[in-house]
Amino acid sequence: MGLESVPHNFVTARVEDLVKWARRSSVWPATFGLACCAIEMMAAGAAHYDLSRWGMEIFRASPRQADLMIVAGRVSQKMAPVLRQVYDQMVEPKWVIAMGVCASSGGMFNNYAIVQGVDQIVPVDVYVPGCPPGPETLMHGILTLNQEIKSGHILERRAASVSGGAGLTIDQRDGVPSAV
Amino acid sequence: MTDHADTVNSAESVNSAESAEQRRLAAQTDEGAQLLRPLAGKAAEKELVLTGGPWPERDDTMIINMGPQHPSTHGVLRIMMELSGETVLRAKPVIGYLHTGMEKTGEELSYVQGATNVTRMDYASPLSNELVFSLAVEQLLDLELPERATWIRMLMVELNRMSSHLLFQATNGMDVGAISMMIYGWREREETLRLLERITGLRMNHNYIRPGGVAAELPDDWEDDVLAVCDLVEAGVREYDELLTDNPIFRERTVGVGVLTTEEALALGATGPILRSTGFAWDLRRAQPYLAYDDVDFDVIYTENGDVFDRYQIRLYEILESVKIVRQCVAKMPRGDYRIQDRKVTPPPRARIDESMEALIHHFKLFTEGFRVPPGETYTVVESPRGEIGCYLVSDGSPKPVRLHIRGPSFYNLQSMDAMVPGCMFADAVAIVSSIDPIMGEVDR
Amino acid sequence: MTDDDLQAREGIHEVAPPPIPDEVAAAVAERFPGTVFVDSHGQAVVYVARASWHDVGAFLRDEQRFTQCMDVTAVDHLVDEARAVPEGVEPERFEVVANYLSHPRNRRIRVIAQVPADDATVATLTDLYPGLSFAEREVFDLLGIGFEGHPDPTRILLPDDWEGHPLRKDDAPARVPVTFKGDPGPR
Repeated sequence: MGLESVPHNFVTARVEDLVKWARRSSVWPATFGLACCAIEMMAAGAAHYDLSRWGMEIFRASPRQADLMIVAGRVSQKMAPVLRQVYDQMVEPKWVIAMGVCASSGGMFNNYAIVQGVDQIVPVDVYVPGCPPGPETLMHGILTLNQEIKSGHILERRAASVSGGAGLTIDQRDGVPSAV
Repeated sequence: MTDHADTVNSAESVNSAESAEQRRLAAQTDEGAQLLRPLAGKAAEKELVLTGGPWPERDDTMIINMGPQHPSTHGVLRIMMELSGETVLRAKPVIGYLHTGMEKTGEELSYVQGATNVTRMDYASPLSNELVFSLAVEQLLDLELPERATWIRMLMVELNRMSSHLLFQATNGMDVGAISMMIYGWREREETLRLLERITGLRMNHNYIRPGGVAAELPDDWEDDVLAVCDLVEAGVREYDELLTDNPIFRERTVGVGVLTTEEALALGATGPILRSTGFAWDLRRAQPYLAYDDVDFDVIYTENGDVFDRYQIRLYEILESVKIVRQCVAKMPRGDYRIQDRKVTPPPRARIDESMEALIHHFKLFTEGFRVPPGETYTVVESPRGEIGCYLVSDGSPKPVRLHIRGPSFYNLQSMDAMVPGCMFADAVAIVSSIDPIMGEVDR
Repeated sequence: MTDDDLQAREGIHEVAPPPIPDEVAAAVAERFPGTVFVDSHGQAVVYVARASWHDVGAFLRDEQRFTQCMDVTAVDHLVDEARAVPEGVEPERFEVVANYLSHPRNRRIRVIAQVPADDATVATLTDLYPGLSFAEREVFDLLGIGFEGHPDPTRILLPDDWEGHPLRKDDAPARVPVTFKGDPGPR
């Protein structure tokens, strides 16, 4: 992505800050609700928990217009190629949140039908545990992502990781800042 | 308009800027337009070809694909539609994108753990799944539950019916275009979920109704909380009724769309609000009562026309019927145990584990091995918000089922698309799928 | 009454089988000899021959007013610890199960047929109850039991190129090994 290749000095740092602000301030998610987590994701977008506070209330149907893919739910073997296709259609910079334990690791469904973690298919930046994670936990994950984008840490983690994803896990106690 | 053709032809032989200007002036018509010069020489020999050729006279049909990822909130359903222009000739649902192998996992988990698996099938009304599984296990064990356990279960299932139908109102509204309905619908649902969280510990996938009773006693002052939620939900439903029922745009989009007759519904295996919308008043809670439904007073809502609007109305008024039942549960809740005190099935109270070795061993055996169920098989049914949910359970004397099969109502209801969709407009197809209210978790399992 | 007692009284007359308490099951048994009735925890179940699977369905729908067939599924009994097979039924590896409901009579009945592993097919019921189309495809997909005459005998839940039938007891394991990224190796 563009930011790593820019030579660092005072002026470009301000430009970088601007770019990071733009990137984190209005992350538009792609609709990728699969199962139970999708219901909690919709609840997070609804009035009570309100993702609109962070400019995220519009779930874009077209992946070309989205920055973030929240994989909400269990990914079956039949759905895996579709997931990859949607991910590929997203334009850089793109982020992935694995919402729920099924997306993070296969969850309780340790069998033939479920992909044991979407990180086998796409690089994941934030893992949000829960079955399903409540809207507050999801928001914690989203805010973690935003924090990481703001600090620039996420790009470093991505460069250092094997899969290309930042691989941050939040703990499930809402309101507790994660160790980044 | 004078014809300058002769002048144009003679001017062509002179090749200079001045003659170009002369040519332009010569070709000018009175209105300031330009006459086209006829092509001459090589230009006249060139053939202009439009790519694609002439449009065919006959109308070909087009097969398009909707999903499995699409903005309609009904999960990973893929519909292949053959369109002639804007009209849908036929639609074929392709499912399996959420196949989780839950029935295989069900054979791996013990009966104690089974509710955690089953609850994630119909994730909009998880307590119905847990209930049907628990009733099946109890039938195989020939258990008789205490009254309070039964009434608590009924209370929880009706609260779940309310939250599921409110979810339907939200998603149906959004699919038909009433986006504000999506935002409003979550308002009351959040209050119901908050109450469910207070009672069961979780907002969704509660694992609260287990074989033997329920997982925990109702909290203190639960009556006040439940009645407060009832009042809120009733007020909300009246608002939605006002917002949508007489709304001409909503009616235009839903009345007369996706009409289904009783014969078609019965032949295609549809149950629940879809069947009741055709004029057939069949509700398992009334026809084949389970739990304590014959002790409470409620109406079976049904309509005559079998269209999308009817199904919306049925589900809307069923919320009010559920509120009625919940109020009666609050009034008539019997005293007693929230679970059967059968050492075989229920774990000992946690405090006893510190005191008694026997209780510790009992707890250990129950949560590692589980309890054994004598060989047999049963098909137990319950009326979920989507229709008849059945659990076909086969046991062989071991702690794990031989076969755990859930008859998911949405699995069968989806087939009613075959009768409803052909002949409608493409936009209506979205409304029709939304009115079927499929939950892909129980379709694909 | 044991077989020995019967032998002792040989020549008098054979003991008639007890009358079937459920009238629908009795009607099925009368029309299809060899049907075995079982009362399974208060539910009426009849075990029929595989060959009469379709005819039993037609009989129930046309003459006994069973308006809906709620569910068709199958069971793999390969590794049962103990199996409750009623007398008069030859157990096979698979059982196909159909649950019928009669709305006007408000009753249910379950019909079970044994299906051998080497010839895992049975007649389709979709011509009688079109709503079973998906259910039969699912049974084929997950258990490998074919339904003769089904209009669309393709996989429904698994990808089209999947090999095997996972719900069979000898096919997919119920638990797959858990993979961890950066796993140092098997412990």
